[in-house]
Amino acid sequence: MSTHLLDQGAAAIASAVSEGRTTAAQIFAEAEARRVATHAGPDSLNAILWPATSAPDAPVSHGPLAGVPVALKDNIATRVLPTSCGSKILAGWVSPYESTVMRKLREAGAVLVGKTNMDEFAMGSSTEHSAYGASRNPLDRSRAPGGSSGGSGATVAAGIAPIALGSETGGSVRQPASFCGIVGVKPTYGRVSRFGLVAFASSLDCVAPFGRTVDDAALALEVISGHDPLDATSVDVPVPSMRVGPGSLEGVVIGVPREYFPASLDPAVRAHCDRALEALKAQGATIREVSLPHTDYAIPVYYIIAPAECSANLARFDGVRYGMRIEGQGVRELYEATRVTGFGAEVTRRILLGTYALSAGYYDAYYRKAMDVRRLIAQDFDDVFASGVHALFTPTAPTPAFSLGAISDPYEMYMSDIFTVTANLAGIPGMSLPIGRVNGLPVGGQLLAPHFAEPTMFRVAYALEEALGQEAHR
Amino acid sequence: MAVSPKDVRHVAGLARLGIPESAVAGYVEQLNGILGHVDVLQRVDTSAVKGVVDAAEQGMPLREDVVNPVALHIPRERWAPKMVEGFFLVPRLATHEDAGEES
Repeated sequence: MSTHLLDQGAAAIASAVSEGRTTAAQIFAEAEARRVATHAGPDSLNAILWPATSAPDAPVSHGPLAGVPVALKDNIATRVLPTSCGSKILAGWVSPYESTVMRKLREAGAVLVGKTNMDEFAMGSSTEHSAYGASRNPLDRSRAPGGSSGGSGATVAAGIAPIALGSETGGSVRQPASFCGIVGVKPTYGRVSRFGLVAFASSLDCVAPFGRTVDDAALALEVISGHDPLDATSVDVPVPSMRVGPGSLEGVVIGVPREYFPASLDPAVRAHCDRALEALKAQGATIREVSLPHTDYAIPVYYIIAPAECSANLARFDGVRYGMRIEGQGVRELYEATRVTGFGAEVTRRILLGTYALSAGYYDAYYRKAMDVRRLIAQDFDDVFASGVHALFTPTAPTPAFSLGAISDPYEMYMSDIFTVTANLAGIPGMSLPIGRVNGLPVGGQLLAPHFAEPTMFRVAYALEEALGQEAHR
Repeated sequence: MAVSPKDVRHVAGLARLGIPESAVAGYVEQLNGILGHVDVLQRVDTSAVKGVVDAAEQGMPLREDVVNPVALHIPRERWAPKMVEGFFLVPRLATHEDAGEES
């Protein structure tokens, strides 16, 4: 195992930089060398689209992330690099302002190493729907890193940065974390400011961190959390310590929802989940089978609500105010030519679907119905947590990473989010952490917790990570 | 509630997407495929559901009515594909006599 400081976690890097044992520039140089080495030739990871090829002149030399390299998904606004959302329609576009999460990272001492590849406007589960080509999984370059935040996941898994930010609408950080063998955390809706996150589906979107370890992810979430008056959906609650560390799980009740372990589940994924549950039990946790009866409806609900909201949010990209512009005869032709040229197939499909679901005569049958069933899905979680369950454990994804190009049917691709999308619909926190490998490919285990109970979720995650040790990567 | 080619052309117009006629049949098939899976929702009894999910259960907070400008580091002339003196430049609207000419 490498002993380079870059592989020892964000907290170790920050300590070394703060104490003057190394500099942010030296750490950045190693990260940049790794980026260059992994982004060459036909098997390039293609994880970082827009690299910061030099360290900032005067980074913050003290702070919880002093000198720590971080990468941000290409839909999070930064002042120094493009924010193109993996789309042609925003090719080369640089935001005139900075996102709150980037400001918080910068003020904590973090150093931006690049903006990462993504499915266009975060619509996808493989990062194949990027206008700038697919990213590759660092553990097997013939396979997808997951998505839509696959570039951020691959960047962390490749050791270029210990922390990266992605965004979640239906599992876009937890699923790539599972595919890449790292940790991904979806915070409670409202825990982290979305100011500067390009909107896809506003009732679902969250900024969400990746880390190589549970501690890296906890540290990142601590830094970016907190109320922000610039985001009306940001919640004004105190930010607790997420870095609770490993310890006994005595008194903790972990629910295992039977709907997340269907007969069709990959047997190897099931076996790793069983082993993880045994490890949790050995740490003192009580395991209890529970039911979330409306789980099967989550994907249909999601694929009405998310396209409906995206059709409204993406109306702003019309060739007038941002990025690409294709001229036409009159304003309408300008809009239509710009949008059909600038958007890729998946984005176009979802805008059409969402516009249809919201159009006259169909609103009640689709959107209204989906919102009502969403309420029932959220109520399932409320009922289980009210019954004395502190957290839930499930697989993160039904399978390990699939091969690039293996899934062409849109709905089949949507089903890879089947275990993650419920947390977005209910607004609760969730995370994925590695629990084993199948033929060298990582398998992720998912933890879910009540609203704003991230410390409980991290308590279980730290304990599980320590209990599994290197077994989590075998 | 099958989607027809006419529906696809209609919603493409609403969404200001100039999709070519040759692509319409493909979108009809894809949308019907997805909505076929979604139709399962009609089986769920939602008659007792009151109100939608509010993830934070906090309603819509208000902030102080004070000017708190966000720092912008790019001059407004460079925000958009075509700008003049801080205004977005668009083709003349169709309601004008010389519609279609660039203003």
